[in-house]
Amino acid sequence: MRMATTTAARMFDYDFMRTAFAAAGIAAVLSGTVGYFLVLRGQTFAGHALSHVGFTGATGAALFGLPPLAGLVGFTLLAGIGMGLFGEKLSERDVAIGMMLSLALGLGLLFLHFYTSAATQAAALLFGNVLGVDDRALWTLLAMAVVSLAALGYIARPLIFASLQAELAEARGVPMRLVSVAFLAIVAIAVAECAQIVGVLLVFTLMVGPAAAAQNVSRRLGPGIVIAAALALAEAWGGLSLAYYTDWPVSFWITALSGAVYFASLAARRL
Amino acid sequence: MSALKFENATIRLGGRTILSAANFAVGDGEFIGMLGANGSGKTTLMRAALGLTPLASGSITVLGRPATAGNAAVGYMPQNRGAILGLRISGYDVVASAAVGARFGFSRLDSATRREIDWALDQVSARELARRSIGELSGGERQRLLLSQALLGRPKLLLLDEPLISLDPAHQTGVVEIARRLRDELKIAIVFSAHELNPLVNAIDRVLYLGGGAAVIGPVDEVVTGPVLSKLYGAEIDVVRIRDRYFVMAGGVDVEREAHLHEEGHSHSHAHGHDDGGAHV
Repeated sequence: MRMATTTAARMFDYDFMRTAFAAAGIAAVLSGTVGYFLVLRGQTFAGHALSHVGFTGATGAALFGLPPLAGLVGFTLLAGIGMGLFGEKLSERDVAIGMMLSLALGLGLLFLHFYTSAATQAAALLFGNVLGVDDRALWTLLAMAVVSLAALGYIARPLIFASLQAELAEARGVPMRLVSVAFLAIVAIAVAECAQIVGVLLVFTLMVGPAAAAQNVSRRLGPGIVIAAALALAEAWGGLSLAYYTDWPVSFWITALSGAVYFASLAARRL
Repeated sequence: MSALKFENATIRLGGRTILSAANFAVGDGEFIGMLGANGSGKTTLMRAALGLTPLASGSITVLGRPATAGNAAVGYMPQNRGAILGLRISGYDVVASAAVGARFGFSRLDSATRREIDWALDQVSARELARRSIGELSGGERQRLLLSQALLGRPKLLLLDEPLISLDPAHQTGVVEIARRLRDELKIAIVFSAHELNPLVNAIDRVLYLGGGAAVIGPVDEVVTGPVLSKLYGAEIDVVRIRDRYFVMAGGVDVEREAHLHEEGHSHSHAHGHDDGGAHV
């Protein structure tokens, strides 16, 4: 017991570990919360596609000497708003989103091709680099998370209504297009934050995994949202700790925990 | 004042005339069964009454005012499709989301709203059902729950879009009985659309038939007849009545069972007006 506390204390002796815990915590709470609505709306594919667009933004920004985080946020935000404006027709939307996704990855590849010194940066973008987050990036993450969560709280009721019963919400005068665009803009921010931690390829693991598990274990909305955020936080911090002790990649541990929790929740649902 | 009034209302969607200069009125507290083949415009007519589908010409008056979206005096139950059927969210939360869903902001679910939700659930004895998730309910239970949700805001007009779809006959009768009781107890006018007349025939006051861009309203005996429906559909129709069951036949086929027969709804002109009272074509 004494051993464990000393090692844990030692883990927090490192500045970069403290920053990593803070950054992962912020991104996880935001991702878990936003992810709950994403799963509720059946738009997980849109979240996945946004992260790929973010890759293009980040590599493009690096190529032009801009901060990758700015490129990541800017591109996902623009793409999120664009997707929202595409409208409600699901089948067409899936194809359109899929095309955007491949186009974005292709462009990202081109940018990487020109930005030759970027091999390590590419790996960080694709699979995350939470240990590389600096103080300035941490404050940016915190500010974006606070604004996004406030905005999400503000639109939560019409958003839930529109997600559960679109036709009825429309009849009751809910501005459907506005709600949809605002939500995808919030998703874009959450994706950009999440990509900082686990990378653009693994955004699903913090956004969709905990949210889907929460919906498997609770049929209430309020508790479901809290569970999703708590699970995401536990998985992110658990992943960081396990990575510290094993020296295996953080993102691997987060995906492992997220997968274990999700499949356990599926089993619990069957019982 | 009538609960719902269409005056020379014409609706065109994607170049197709759904409704052509239709005139009819639904009285206060009146229970109307709306019938017509698939594609004859039942859903479109409801959406127009909700202010969601614009008119090409004419007007729609709802409880004395022009139809607009967001009118709390109109309760609406859309036809159930896909998403809601397998939902793993409790019935209570779904109903609550409708009760507060039109409001932006951070307010909590207050006690007045909770009381209103309980009142709506009690109208259809659905308080117990509401603890379960929508996906766990049977078809009949789900319709009861969604019907209670349409009562939020204490509407004076209810638009129910195909509430009987995919229910077995016993549950169909149950839903129709609840609708009739709501009409009697709460004095709500109801427009209830259906594929088949028979489950409704003993409960409704009048019937509204849609076909070929026209709308005919009147007592069942006057509207559901060979000559009236033949003119409406533009085809030879026979109506066979066996006690209180009606069979609408076109060329030996039961039209209401073969609801796809008139999917394309010919837009031949129906220049004649229909007044509020009787059916005449």
